Amino acid sequence: MADPDTPAIELREVYRDFRRPRTSLREAPPVVRAVRDVSLTVGRGERFGIVGESGSGKSTLLRLICGLDRPTSGEVLVEGRSVGDQPHRRLGWLRERLQLVFQDPMSSLDPRMRVRDIVAEPLVAQGIGGDHTRRVRELLERVGLDPEAADRYPHQFSGGQRQRISVARALAPDPDILVADEPVSALDVSVRAQVLNLVDEVVEGLDLTLVFVSHDLSVVRHVCDRIAVMQAGEVVEVGETEQLFAEPQHAYTRSLLAAIPDLHAALAGRTAQDLARGASPDAPD
Amino acid sequence: MSEIQGAPAQGLEGQAAAGGSSGRRLNPSLLIGGGIVAVVVVLALVSYVWTPYTPMRVLAVEPYQTPNAEHWLGTDRLRRDVFTQILVGARTTLYVGFVAVGVAALVGVPLGILAAMSPGWLGQLVMRSNDVLLAFPALLLAIMFAALYGGSTRVAMIAIGIATIPAFARITRSGALGVMKTEYVVAARAAGRSPLGIAVRHVIPNVAGLIIVQASVSFAIAILAEAALAYLGLGTPTGQASWGRMLYEAQTTLRSAPHLALIPGGAIALSVLGFNLFGDGLRDWLDPKLEGR
Repeated sequence: MADPDTPAIELREVYRDFRRPRTSLREAPPVVRAVRDVSLTVGRGERFGIVGESGSGKSTLLRLICGLDRPTSGEVLVEGRSVGDQPHRRLGWLRERLQLVFQDPMSSLDPRMRVRDIVAEPLVAQGIGGDHTRRVRELLERVGLDPEAADRYPHQFSGGQRQRISVARALAPDPDILVADEPVSALDVSVRAQVLNLVDEVVEGLDLTLVFVSHDLSVVRHVCDRIAVMQAGEVVEVGETEQLFAEPQHAYTRSLLAAIPDLHAALAGRTAQDLARGASPDAPD
Repeated sequence: MSEIQGAPAQGLEGQAAAGGSSGRRLNPSLLIGGGIVAVVVVLALVSYVWTPYTPMRVLAVEPYQTPNAEHWLGTDRLRRDVFTQILVGARTTLYVGFVAVGVAALVGVPLGILAAMSPGWLGQLVMRSNDVLLAFPALLLAIMFAALYGGSTRVAMIAIGIATIPAFARITRSGALGVMKTEYVVAARAAGRSPLGIAVRHVIPNVAGLIIVQASVSFAIAILAEAALAYLGLGTPTGQASWGRMLYEAQTTLRSAPHLALIPGGAIALSVLGFNLFGDGLRDWLDPKLEGR
């Protein structure tokens, strides 16, 4: 491991443009600026949240961090090493250190593979030989599943259990950084808390750096120390969780906070439209 | 971080929902289709060790006999034993199917996967070349091949196989495009799998069902194409047994000796049905989601 002062993740003036299909023969195709001038630093062991509504560029940013996409300009560094300018086959070191948990537990596990092969996939893909049976059992226990689950197929599990399998797979290569892309937004509300607790527990227990992307501030509040708020491809505000909730600086953050469902507000007859308009959070309730 | 209140103990939710993973149940399509395919295979194998009469031998008997104790399925216009021809013809049928489907699948499937996984221009190039090939009628291609390399069953079937490549490439590509969009492929990339690893471990298993069904349909088409080419004198030459050829030869006596057309026709129809059922059954059997239902 490199110098302990090196941040886990560092983004320097990162831009990512997507070109839309051409609409005219003469004019250049329109460009969508999905990520604009984002500079962020995530320290080692930090739990960092990225929040924004759909289309705010948070998923694009996440793909850039994971080396699944390249920035149009700017630099993405993970543990001090550049990610963006390397061909995918040279990113082996990144795959060992950074792993992902995905949003949709139905689509993120290959329906044709047994759980044991799914969980062992990062090990196999990274050319770690030998029998992975023990490691898989250990990982399944770690995420609170019966080790016998190894012989089953994903469709035999509930959404929450599938997310546990997904977490087990991410932990397989013993990463330093865990990136979670809306890991609970596709789950039933009753199961969310369990999966959040699991993420919380493994990050704590294995001393991981966590990057947690969500559109839901109330979820991020439970797991993250620091939060970046994104709007239209830009980071509009970064702050410590409690501070951000107590004194939001940016108007957009305030409207996001106001949009967190609140029983009192609902009883007072405020509608979703009021919330979207950014009705002030201290309105009488 | 605070534990969220009210969350029940880890990992208890719905664990009982996961059923046992005991062996897969054989479905009726697989059993019936497999049975018919097995009969065709057995007929072909038996023909190597035993036939009632020497194949294609013209016998000193009455032509146009209906099935009887001496000749189980009768005799044809040239006084040959029909049952012997059916046995030997089963070889041709299987050969034809395997060569044509083999050529088409071995070339078409990798092309389809390549087209789905590679960047824009290469995928376009593959699929547009595919369209060019698609524009050639299969029989025209077979005639061209016959002119170049002489008419034989093998040449005809390689030509039919080449003409069937686009069907495999297209269906594989469309299936593979769907697979490439899923999160488990992104997960595999994030896990460090190479594109080849993704193709082998994720794409092929998930498009296998489509390919199997396409193969069983193409198998049937190949059997019929062999019959059509025999008719044109470009496939199986005279003097070699083939169900298609028998059907063709029977057409002049359709009224006076209908059994000469019905027997090979029935054999073709039954084996086509068998291969289709077998393909459907195999697809379902390979799908873990349908396990134990």
